[in-house]
Order: sequence, then structure tokens, then C-alpha cells
Amino acid sequence: MILDIIIDGLIKGSVYALLAIGFSLVLGVARIINIAHTALYMTAAYLIFVGTKLMGLPAPLAMVASIVLTVILGLLIYNFFIKPIQEHEAAVLIATIAVAMMIQEVFLMIFGGHYLGVNPLIDGYATILGVKVTYQHLLALGLALVVLVATRMFLQKTRLGLAIRSTAQDREVANLMGMNVTRVAMGTMAVSVGMAAITGAIVVPLVTVEPTMWMHPLIMMLAIVVLGGLGSIEGSFVGAFILGFAESLVVFLVPMGSFLKDSVALSIMILVLLIRPEGLFGVSFEEER
Amino acid sequence: MQFLGRVGTLLLGLSLVLAMCLPVGAVEPIKIGVLGPMSFTQGEGHWNGASMAADEINGAGGVKVAGVMRPIKLIKVDTNEFLSIPDATNAVEMAVSRYNVDFLVGGFRTEAVQVMQDIAMDAKKIFIGCGAAHPELCTRVTKDYDRYKYWFRLTPINSSYLGKVDFILLGTAAAIMKKTLGIKKIKVAVVAEKAAWADPIVNISQKLLPAKMGMEVVGVWRPSPVAKDCTAELAAIQRSGAHIVFTTFSSSVGLTFAKQMGELKVPAVAVGINVESQKSGFWEATGGKGNYVETINTYARVAITPKTIPFYDKYVKLFKQAPNYTAGTYDALYILKEAVEKAGSVNSDKVLPFLEKTDYIDTAGRVVFDKSHDVTWGPGYVTAIGTQWQDGEIKCVWPYHWEKVFYEGTVPFKLPPWVVGYWKNKK
Repeated sequence: MILDIIIDGLIKGSVYALLAIGFSLVLGVARIINIAHTALYMTAAYLIFVGTKLMGLPAPLAMVASIVLTVILGLLIYNFFIKPIQEHEAAVLIATIAVAMMIQEVFLMIFGGHYLGVNPLIDGYATILGVKVTYQHLLALGLALVVLVATRMFLQKTRLGLAIRSTAQDREVANLMGMNVTRVAMGTMAVSVGMAAITGAIVVPLVTVEPTMWMHPLIMMLAIVVLGGLGSIEGSFVGAFILGFAESLVVFLVPMGSFLKDSVALSIMILVLLIRPEGLFGVSFEEER
Repeated sequence: MQFLGRVGTLLLGLSLVLAMCLPVGAVEPIKIGVLGPMSFTQGEGHWNGASMAADEINGAGGVKVAGVMRPIKLIKVDTNEFLSIPDATNAVEMAVSRYNVDFLVGGFRTEAVQVMQDIAMDAKKIFIGCGAAHPELCTRVTKDYDRYKYWFRLTPINSSYLGKVDFILLGTAAAIMKKTLGIKKIKVAVVAEKAAWADPIVNISQKLLPAKMGMEVVGVWRPSPVAKDCTAELAAIQRSGAHIVFTTFSSSVGLTFAKQMGELKVPAVAVGINVESQKSGFWEATGGKGNYVETINTYARVAITPKTIPFYDKYVKLFKQAPNYTAGTYDALYILKEAVEKAGSVNSDKVLPFLEKTDYIDTAGRVVFDKSHDVTWGPGYVTAIGTQWQDGEIKCVWPYHWEKVFYEGTVPFKLPPWVVGYWKNKK
């Protein structure tokens, strides 16, 4: 049973990490609470459905096209809905909720409430230490780890990464040092939406594509970000795996209460906040500028 | 005089035009409100079934009311009840007060239908339910007949009967497994979404299976109705050594569960209620991984009555999908037509006695309403059916000579080959 929990928790955690890190990045850098983040993840999933099932494109091509189109949509949202009110965090929060609802309604209008599915890139399953895992889940885990490492490298080794990190540390000082923080914010938004789109592309064969599929990941993602510390990338990474393992533990230890897995994950978040209000890796509120 | 002649000619022409228009305008259509979540499959079923019947009836001249042929006019009422029950309330209010419908058909979620029912009863409108299964909707009729007498349920059979069929399907699958694989005691994993309607099935399963059906319950799993991942549950079920997974799903989790169960080739048979697997899109949505899933159902291409196959084929031809049970609005319109013609009126109080005496062969069986205005279940009436996905097609597998009931076109239940292989190798 322990092996089951470890493998299941790892897979869940990696998918959550992808979503949470993208969200955390843009929150840390530009102070943008983008509630539409998971709606963009859903957009990528729908675009892959359209590409593979309706247009008959090869899956990898549909994935790339969906990621590019989702990033473009994300940047349009940034320009028209976020940028003009960027200085008002609460307004951004509300505007992005509205954007997410708009995206949901558009998909509901086009595709109805039908549950749709996309075929896995690789069919079948592997048995690892007696635990059956589908190849698609393994692919998701592998790709998630690659993307996470690539993001880390990008942030550490590139000029834009350096700019993003400095802006995340202190936006005002970065601005005074001559950095165009608006452009950095836009770049970060592109990376962040790209991560949401990649997550959508990776997990689409594992989930049911429908117009409300963005809501559950949103709740989990917010919980992870708060648990890890607002805007902390390391915190989001650790938080994602904590909640992933918590979910698996609930299903295996309390099968009658498997519907409680989300509640337990959220309770862990509250518990951590009670003990450490700034989250696991966050800056304490007193120290915040 | 010439001027007066011209005016006279004009007046004559005008009256001729009016005379040509009047007969059409004078016959008031019978307005029927079709209630359903129209953006979802269930609502599409409501609308498709009703519009198919309305087209047929209107094509044949309409409904004969006191010697006058009146056409049917359908009012599409989007209740949006999956996302918002207040939306459903507003929609029905509008249908009753603004569109002044004569009758209502449809509805899906019990919680929403209860509210819709109250509005319809207050307005004294006959409401034929085609979607919600909770017994309480009909119990209300017996408890307070004067208020709720205008309510009838046509489809599906109520959840108590659904429960009975559920256990019959389980018992049948267990018997086949025992016989084919030589298993002495069948182990059952009970998996039910966490919803109020599923609780009684879970409770009864835990008592009935060991005590009366000679099976062992190896565990009970209650995922969320909208769970997006069931791999942990499936891993635990496989560890439990279950031969059968007894499912109770009405929401999207049914799709997720079936898809992942097929992907992982869990060596167990899925039997029970899985509403998602009743839909044509199930095969596509699971990428074929939902093969061999069995569920209670209302329609398949079998001769439940002489009307079933023609209805099924026409529905598939028109809408490119198989009918689900909400398409029972098709029969609801014909039942209303019969009662209205006998009553010679669209007045609810005049139609009611004839509706209560309904004995009508529809596409799902013989419809007779009981005292609670619920559709009667059992051999010789509406039985419901068990369907199984077999290589991309929904096949009827039950009743298979149950209580001397056999519908032409029914095929034997199949065990998935990987289940047979696994348990044969285990021996």
C-alpha cells in the first residue's frame, strides 16, 4: 500500500506543481492573482481536443499549436483585462474571475456540457513494484519534472530569468535599476500561461474535458500556493507534493471517505497557516514591504 | 358609384385575405413546455424526444380537441439545473406565467424538479417528469393528492426499482463469473459517488450482498461525483482482490472511473449504474476504454415493444446519437395527446382522469401509472434494461429470460478477456 501511495502521490503532486508554479511565478513577480490561470489550462485542453478529434491533427502538433494559441490568448487577456488595472490587486482578482467565467461560458456555448476525452499519446500501462501505472501517467510525471527543471534553469541561467527573479524580490528597486518591469511582467505572464498550457496538454488524456474542469485544479492550486507561501516557487513545488500525497493517503486509508481527499488537503493548508501564517517558504507578513 | 365600386372590391379582397388567414390563426396551438438543462446531454434528450414527437403529431394533423385539430407548439425551457437551481425556478415560472404553457414535460435533477413541481402544481399544470428518479416526487402525490395530482413520472423508473434492477444485474454477472471462471465466492468492491441518492444502495449492498446473495464486500469507496482522478481508488480495489466493481454513478466520475479502469485493465467487471455509459459519446470520451461496462438503461436497439426499434433508429438518424432516458419526452407527448383527445380539452382537471387511466404501449414498455402517478415497474410493464458496451456498441444484455421476459435483440453478457485471463491464471 505504501508503494501505491508514493507512486500515486508523486503523479498527482507533479501535475499540481506545474499549475501552482506557473501561478506563483506571476504572483511573485507582478503581484497578479490570475484566477483565470486554470481556465487557460482548460483552454489548452479544449484546443487539443479540437486539433486531434475534430481536425484530425497529429497529437504532438495539436499540443504545440494549443500551447502557442493559449499563450497568445493569455497575453491578450493580460493586455486588455489585467494591465490597465494591474496596480489594484483586488480589481485584478475580480477581473480574472470574470475572465475565467467568460472562458467557461464560451466553451459551454460551443461544446455544450458534454464530457469529452482525448486519446493518450501512449496506450497501455507499466507495473512498477506491483503497482499499475498507465504510460500516460508516467509521461505526465516525466514531462512535469522536465518542465520544472527547465523552468528552474530558465530562471537561474537566462537574462529574462534574472530579471524575473529580481522583479520578484523587489519590484520597485528593479524598476529603479532600469528594468522595464511591465515588460518583465508580460514575459512572466507568457511563461506562466505557457506552463498552464503545457499542463493542459500533458494531462488532457488523463482527465475529462468539460467546461467546469478548471474549478477543482484552481482550488488545489490556490491551496498549494498559500501552503507554500504566496509567490514562492520552491514553496509551490513542495506544497504540491504535500497535497498530492495527502490526497492519496486519504483514498488508501479511508476508502469510505475518499470524497474527502480535497477537504483533507485544504485542512492541511489551514493547519500549516495556523502554525506558520506566511506559509512554508513565504516571507512573513511583518517583513513584507 | 365607380368610387364605391372600387371600395367594395377592395373590401371584398381584404375580407378574402382575412378569410384565408383566419382558419390558421384561429386554431390555437397546444403549448408544451420542455424543461431541461439544454446545454447538456440530458436537456438535449428532453428536447430531441419532444420535438420528434411534436413533428410526427403535427405532420399527422395535430391533436384532435373537441373536433378541432390543434397543432403542438413546443416551448424550450432551459432550466440550467446542473449549474443553478434558481435558474430552473425562474425558467419554469416564465414558462407558466409568460408563455402560458398548457403542459410541462422533462426535468432532471431531483432537487430542481421538486421546486419545478411546486411551481407547476400551484399553476395547476400537468407535469410529466422525464428524468428525476427520486421516489419522493411521487410520494408527494399520495401524501397531498389535491396539490400534487398534476404530477406524473414517466421515466426513469424510480430509484427503489432502479435499486432492484441494480442488484439483479449484479447477481446475474456474479452467476456468469462463477460459472465461467469457477469462482466459489464472488468478492465485490462497492464504489458509489458521494451523493444522497447513492447512500441507500451502499447501505443495502453492505447488508444484502453477504447475507442474501452469498458475496463478500471487500470494501466501499465513495469518490466525489466530480472526481477527476480515480487511480488511487482503482489501485486499492485491485489490491482488494475484487471480482466485481458494483458502481453507482450519475455524474462525470462515472466516465473517469470507467476510462481509468479500462486503461489499467483492472481484473474486475464493472456492473451497476453508470449514467455516463448510457450515452453514445461514452465510447469516444473513454477512447474505447469503457468496453464491457454494464449499466441500467432505458433504451437500446432491442424490441422492448414494437415501437422501440423504429423510435431508436429514427432518433439516431435525426440526432446522430442514441436516445438516453430523458428522450422519454417523446412518449410523454403521445400519452398527453391520447388523454387530451379523450378529454376533449386541454384543461388540466379534465385531462387528469384520463391520464390516470393511461394504459399505453410506449417505446420503453407498457405504461400504467400507479396511485402515486409513478410508472409501474415489472414484467409486463416497464422493466428497464441492462446494457453493456461491446466493442463500440451499446448492447442490451438484460432481461435475458428473466421472469420469462426477453426482448428480441438481447445478447449475452460478456466478461472482459483480461478478467477471464487473470482469474484463470490465478487458479
